Amino acid sequence: MSLASARKLRSSLAMSACVGSAVLGIAALAIILGALLWNGFSSLNLAVFTQMTPPPGSAGGLLNAIVGSLIMTVLGVAIGAPLGLFAGTYMSEYGRYSRITTVVRFINDILLSAPSIVIGLFVYEITVIQMGHFSGLSGALALALLVVPVVVRTTEDMLNLVPGSLREAATALGLPRSLIIRHVAYKAARAGLITGLLLAVARVSGETAPLLFTALNNQFFSTNLNAPMASLPVVIFQFAMSPYKDWQSLAWAGALLITAAVLALSIGARILGAQKTSK
Amino acid sequence: MNETYLPSAGPVVADSGAYAALAVGAQAEKMSVRNLDFFYGDNRALKAVNVPLYDRKVTAFIGPSGCGKSTLLRVLNRMYDLYPGQRAEGEVLLDGENVLDPKLDLNALRARVGMVFQKPTPFPMTIYENIAFGVRLYEKLSKSDMDERVEKALRGAAIWDEVKDKLNASGLSLSGGQQQRLCIARTVAIQPEVILFDEPCSALDPISTAKIEELIDELRVEYTIAIVTHNMQQAVRVSQHTAFMYLGEMVEFGETDQIFTAPRQPRTQDYITGRFG
Repeated sequence: MSLASARKLRSSLAMSACVGSAVLGIAALAIILGALLWNGFSSLNLAVFTQMTPPPGSAGGLLNAIVGSLIMTVLGVAIGAPLGLFAGTYMSEYGRYSRITTVVRFINDILLSAPSIVIGLFVYEITVIQMGHFSGLSGALALALLVVPVVVRTTEDMLNLVPGSLREAATALGLPRSLIIRHVAYKAARAGLITGLLLAVARVSGETAPLLFTALNNQFFSTNLNAPMASLPVVIFQFAMSPYKDWQSLAWAGALLITAAVLALSIGARILGAQKTSK
Repeated sequence: MNETYLPSAGPVVADSGAYAALAVGAQAEKMSVRNLDFFYGDNRALKAVNVPLYDRKVTAFIGPSGCGKSTLLRVLNRMYDLYPGQRAEGEVLLDGENVLDPKLDLNALRARVGMVFQKPTPFPMTIYENIAFGVRLYEKLSKSDMDERVEKALRGAAIWDEVKDKLNASGLSLSGGQQQRLCIARTVAIQPEVILFDEPCSALDPISTAKIEELIDELRVEYTIAIVTHNMQQAVRVSQHTAFMYLGEMVEFGETDQIFTAPRQPRTQDYITGRFG
């Protein structure tokens, strides 16, 4: 076999492996989404948004779980995002060359890949046991801990992408660092920073494990942060495992809602990202 | 200010040109670099450099890449302070005050010694804001005064006619040459005393280059100017004094005419005739 034809053979083998893997991955995704849409839509009705989670055998909805998820996600992001933003800003703008930054980045990467159940157990230890009961606040704290590493990472990366020449130009005008960060660096990195935030929201809105140990669940409508709180992932977990048909169909509806929300956030993040590159 | 100094010891070969020029016209030195050493870590990038920047004159810095021209410029406004491991030793006087003093207010210094870079760097904001942003830090102006200042700066940078109808467009929407003039306007707007140009035309086409050169010539009336350039014709066109640097040393400094017609140092001669560099 000549060198050229051997190379062509290797090329086509590699090519088919790539295409095959891609098809396999996309097919799996399509089947999952298809099943979700099929089962989810058939279970979706107005009651899902207006009624509470029912006891087995009676009709009901997911209102308490939707509201609980919204409250804990918003609160978690509200606590975690500023922490992440500040830490990432320090790492990129002030401590870019310092040893602390290297250490923080390493630890942050560990936190980023830590199993969320470990985070849940940690928050269980420091809040639930101290308070003596499960609470929405603990759930929000657990989610905040998951938000922090994502936001730290994207903030640092995005600010590092801001050209040094832009910072130098601002410095050359005699602008103090705080102004340069707020008005030049953040502005130049805005799309990336928002993308990171949305990805963090997407990440935590599907988390179940950390909430099981912290917010637990609540059959009734509650906005009390000091009491157990329902959330979509936990309700899905509980209802999908149950033997009751109507619970299972509510679990499908909840799964569809979360997926749609995360999809919307991802698309939002993509659009913002595209705006950045087209500028 | 305006002190003239005489060498305490006999003139060193490296700056005989500086003293010669001094003797010619007894011009006022806006900035004086004295015995300046600069280090990137352990690497000594500037070696005992002496050079004056005369008040309201253009001084061009020429020399092959890596000879320390840009490094020298970045010492004059302490830009190197942004990075760890870089340090300067010696004296850089601005109106007699040592710029290298560690207690110096860097932002105040940079407001007095402005800088325009090789690549145009408009901020990600409107054309108007690109200029007003810096001004606002130093002066509280009413809306109409600010409008006036922005217009004056844009006129000063010879770009007003091109942007007056789109002051709210992004600074990034301009062409490269326009962006560079916007950056000059931004620098002029905060009313510095010295402007440093670091190869301001190397990313621009000949027409934009001609505009910037014209502009530098006009700015000379009000500002003391230093310009680093790789283009020797440009040095001849815009400057009154020229400094030739090589391998971190100030080889020769003198009036531009003299440097390009009758260089005293053989290395200057070799460089301007294109024998190396």
